[in-house]
Amino acid sequence: MNLQEFFAMGGYAFYVWTSYGICFVVLLANIVLPILQRKQFLRQLALKQKRQNP
Amino acid sequence: MKPIRRQRLILIILMVVGIGTAVGFALKSFNENLMYFFSTTDVMAGKAPKDALFRLGGMVVKGSVQRPGDGLTVHFKLTDFSKEVAVEYTGILPDLFREGQGIVANGKLDERGVFVAQEVLAKHDENYMPPEVKASLKKQVEGK
Amino acid sequence: MFLIPDSVGRFFHRMASPPHFYAFTEKLLPWLTGIFLILLACGLYGGLYLAPPDYQQGDSYRIIYIHVPSAWMSLFIYMMMAVAGAIGLIWRIKLAEIVAISSASVGASFTFIALVTGSLWGKPMWGTWWVWDARLTSELILLFLYLGVIGLYNAIDDKRTASKAVAILALVGVVNIPIIHYSVEWWNTLHQGPTVTKMDKPSIHVSMLVPLLLMALAFKFYYVIAMLQRAKLELLQRERTANWVKKLIEEQK
Repeated sequence: MNLQEFFAMGGYAFYVWTSYGICFVVLLANIVLPILQRKQFLRQLALKQKRQNP
Repeated sequence: MKPIRRQRLILIILMVVGIGTAVGFALKSFNENLMYFFSTTDVMAGKAPKDALFRLGGMVVKGSVQRPGDGLTVHFKLTDFSKEVAVEYTGILPDLFREGQGIVANGKLDERGVFVAQEVLAKHDENYMPPEVKASLKKQVEGK
Repeated sequence: MFLIPDSVGRFFHRMASPPHFYAFTEKLLPWLTGIFLILLACGLYGGLYLAPPDYQQGDSYRIIYIHVPSAWMSLFIYMMMAVAGAIGLIWRIKLAEIVAISSASVGASFTFIALVTGSLWGKPMWGTWWVWDARLTSELILLFLYLGVIGLYNAIDDKRTASKAVAILALVGVVNIPIIHYSVEWWNTLHQGPTVTKMDKPSIHVSMLVPLLLMALAFKFYYVIAMLQRAKLELLQRERTANWVKKLIEEQK
């Protein structure tokens, strides 16, 4: 099996790769978003603390 | 466990069991409406609606598929292994449509008793295997 | 003594201390991520490359490797959410409430993936994107239950009250779980019956089954990772005034 055949998925490339693509994006977002939000939240808290006791 | 927690636990269990029973009874009474399709036996017994669209499910009878004329119109028979119903359909069939395949067709019965389908969906089974395995299984069955 | 011994309860209380939990997840997450990535790589390689095409469906059946594990996870996570919610209701453990609400978004994602990939599989095989049969409809209701839980939680400002409301909604929705699982057996549906969990003869070839189970295991690990990431954020937001959070920020400087 060569690479081209692999990507063609026996003619079902659109359905198979769209499925995997959507799955990948959704799962990645579920990890990345909470991490970014947490970092931002910690930054805000640190700023607040600095203002309160300089 | 403290009495207050025991009380909450019992309350939660009662709630889940109560809702479960209620939904169970509701589903039982709506049972007919939740059926996605009628079987061919149902249709022959006159259970299917007359002059209204309904779905018919069954296996395509081997050797019954005919394409008279332009090739877009297909005639075939559906079976549930006890009764057969003749079906007529004009249009594009799904990839999985073939003889011996389970399908669900949406349409209505005409006065000849032929089911005129407007839509044909394929219902595949829950078995997954490589083509070679299928071929050898088939050989075994035929060998017997 | 009633159902659960006191010693188990005490263990949960100790584990449920927020700073302890936060530090514990920090240590646990790299390991979980490592195992998840290995399982995922093996599962994808096996499913997309090694496994042969299906005798009936050709290569399109390869969607099974994300569709079925996602659908399993959508049910599994719902049960985890309902159980965590119940523990929160009975013992008033803050951490159980956080696990429950952190599970909701992961569960909603898996339900969404199961529905979308099912649709993308249904189009070429059945000939339609969507049908209102019992299996598909009950899975869609599950998505609405998850979204309801998330929406309700965000609508109530006091998070302890919100958690109680959410737990009750989740427990009411538990009734949908057996309906989804048995829908293909109780009613005529377009969806086929269960493959892996049925009791009699095996109906999936072993070369196709192994990657499927690997993917299912990988998704289990993914759930724990994603849930913990969400839980850490949730915990910080709730405990913003606690001393351990202040210390944490000072350490980061």
